[in-house]
Amino acid sequence: MATFLGINLFGLFGQLLVGLINGSFYALLSLGLAIIFGLLKIINFAQGAMYMLGAFFAWMALHYMGINYWAALIVVPLAVGFIGVMMERYLLRPIANEDHLYSLLLTFGIALILQGAFTHMFGSSGMSYAIPEELKGGNRLPFMYLPNYRAWIIVASLIVCAGTWYMIEKTKLGAYLRAGTENPSMMQAFGINVPLIVTLTFGFGVGLAGFAGVMAAPVYSVSPDMGSNMLIVVFAIVVIGGMGSIGGAILTGLGMGVVEGLTKYFYPEASTTVIFAVMVIVLLTKPAGLFGKEA
Amino acid sequence: MKMNKTAIALIGLGLVAPFVLYPVFLMKVLCFALFACAFNLLLGFVGLLSFGHAAFLGTGGYVTGYLMTNAGLTPELGVVCGTIAAGLLGAVYGKLAVKREGIYFAMVTLALAQLVFFLYLQAPFTGGEDGMQGVPRGNLLGFIDLNDNMNMYYFVFAIFLFGFWVVNRTIHSPFGQILKAIRENEPRAVSLGYNVNDYKWAAFIISAALAGLAGSTKTLVFQLASLTDAHWHMSGEVVLMTLLGGMGTIFGPIVGAASVVAIQNYLSGGELGNYIHIIMGLIFVVCVLAFRNGIVGEVQKLIKRNFS
Repeated sequence: MATFLGINLFGLFGQLLVGLINGSFYALLSLGLAIIFGLLKIINFAQGAMYMLGAFFAWMALHYMGINYWAALIVVPLAVGFIGVMMERYLLRPIANEDHLYSLLLTFGIALILQGAFTHMFGSSGMSYAIPEELKGGNRLPFMYLPNYRAWIIVASLIVCAGTWYMIEKTKLGAYLRAGTENPSMMQAFGINVPLIVTLTFGFGVGLAGFAGVMAAPVYSVSPDMGSNMLIVVFAIVVIGGMGSIGGAILTGLGMGVVEGLTKYFYPEASTTVIFAVMVIVLLTKPAGLFGKEA
Repeated sequence: MKMNKTAIALIGLGLVAPFVLYPVFLMKVLCFALFACAFNLLLGFVGLLSFGHAAFLGTGGYVTGYLMTNAGLTPELGVVCGTIAAGLLGAVYGKLAVKREGIYFAMVTLALAQLVFFLYLQAPFTGGEDGMQGVPRGNLLGFIDLNDNMNMYYFVFAIFLFGFWVVNRTIHSPFGQILKAIRENEPRAVSLGYNVNDYKWAAFIISAALAGLAGSTKTLVFQLASLTDAHWHMSGEVVLMTLLGGMGTIFGPIVGAASVVAIQNYLSGGELGNYIHIIMGLIFVVCVLAFRNGIVGEVQKLIKRNFS
C-alpha cells in the first residue's frame, strides 16, 4: 500500500479521479449555462433536465434503435440541441421582453414536465448503460488504477470545453456571439440575424448538456432525477465562478469537482455540502464570483 | 375599503368552512397559504425570487417537532420557537443572498437551501428519510386539547390570520413603500439614500420567519416533520402557488395555495397521481406564457375594466 505522510495514496488519487470526472460534468453544464446567459441573460433551469434527456436518449437509442455509444455521442447532442432550439423559438422568445424571472420560471416548468414524464415512463430507480467495448478495462498506474472510460470522460470533456472556448474567443462566429452579448441592437443594425444567433446559441448550450448526459450514462445510473441533483450543484458553481467568462466557467467546474473529491477523501460527511460552503465563502469575500465582471 | 370587505368576508368564510369541508384539508390549505403569503412578500413586493424557501418551512417544522417531542413544550411555544429558528436562519441566508441580484439571487437561495437539505438528511435528530413522526399536538395554553381537529383548525386559522396581518402591515407601512420603491427602481432608491440591501435583508427575515411559522404549524397539523418540506420541490411549489394566484396581490397567494393543494389532493387520490409533476410543470408554463397576472390579478383587471 502506497502511503505518504499517513495518507493512503490509492484512496486519495481514486477520489481525485472521481472529483475530476464530476468536475468535467460540472464544467460542461456550467459552460452551457454561461453561454446561454451571455446572450439571452437568462438562466436555463431546464439545463439539468437536458442533461438527463441526453442520458435517456442515449439509452433509448441503444435499446430501441441499436444506435451505439459513438453514434449517440454525435446524434444525441444534436437531438437535445434541436429540442432547445424549439424551446427557445416557441416558448422563450414570446416572453423575451418580459422580466427575465419569467423565463426562469418557464424553464423550471419545462424541467418539471420532463422529469415527471421520464419518471412516469421509466420509474425513478434508474437504469444502467454499458460502457462501450472499446473503452472497457483500464491501466494500472504506479499510484492508482485508471479505468479507460473514466480517462476518456476527462479527455473528451476537456476537448469539448477547449473547443468551445476557442470557437467563442478566437473565431468569427464567436466574435458575433461576443458582439451580441455586448450590444445586440447594434449588431442587428449591421445586418446580422440576431434572433437566429440567439436561437442557435441556446441550442448549442443545451446541446452541451445533452453531450454531458451521453458521457454520464455509462458511469452514473440513468435516472429521471440525475439532472436536478446535478443542476443545483452547478448553480452553486456558477455563483462561485461568476458568469463573466467562458474560461472561468470551465475552470471553476473542474476545480470544484476536485475540491469535492478531496473532501470525500478527508472528510466524507461534508462531501455533499462542501461546494455550497465554498459558495458562502466566495459570497462573503468576493460577491461577484471568482471570474465575475459585474459589480 | 373594498380590501377590508374582502378580508371580513374571508374571515367569515374561514370560520364556517370546517363545518362544510374536511378540517385537515383546510388546515393544509391555510398552512400553504401562509407559506405562499410569506414568499409573496419577497417576490411580489420586493421583486426578489427566492428559490429556497423550503429551507425555512422545513426548519420551522423540525424545530417545532423536536421541541414538542423532546422538551414537552406547549404548542404555542413550540410554534414560536420554530418561527424564531427560521427567522434566524433567514437572517444568515438573507445577509448572504442580498449580495447578489436577480437570477443570481434565485441561484444563491436555491443552493443555500440545498445545503440545509443535506444537513437535515444527515443530522441524527431529523430521522433522515423517515422524518420525525408522531409529533404530539399537545394542549394549547395547557388546557385546550388540540387532538380535536376543530380546536386545531381554529388554532391554525388564528395563526394564519396573524401571519396574513403581519404581511399586510408590512406592505402598507412606510417600510413596505420603500420595498416597493426598490422593486420598481432600485438605483433610484439607492440615490434617495436608502440602504437597499438592509431593507431587502429585513424583508427576507420577515418572510423567512413567516415561512417557518407555516412549517411549524404544518408539523403540528400532520404530526410529522419530513424532508419533503425542505426539498427544492417545495420551493418550486410555493413559487407556483404565488404565480398561479397572482404575485404582488394580497389575496393571490391564498387562492394559489388553495388551488394547488386542491389539485394535488384530487390527483393523489386517482390514477393521475403519477402525472402530478407533469401537471404542475404545465401550469407553470401556461401561467408564464398566457397568464402572468395570476387568477387574482386577472380578476382584478377584469373588474377594473368593466366596473370602474
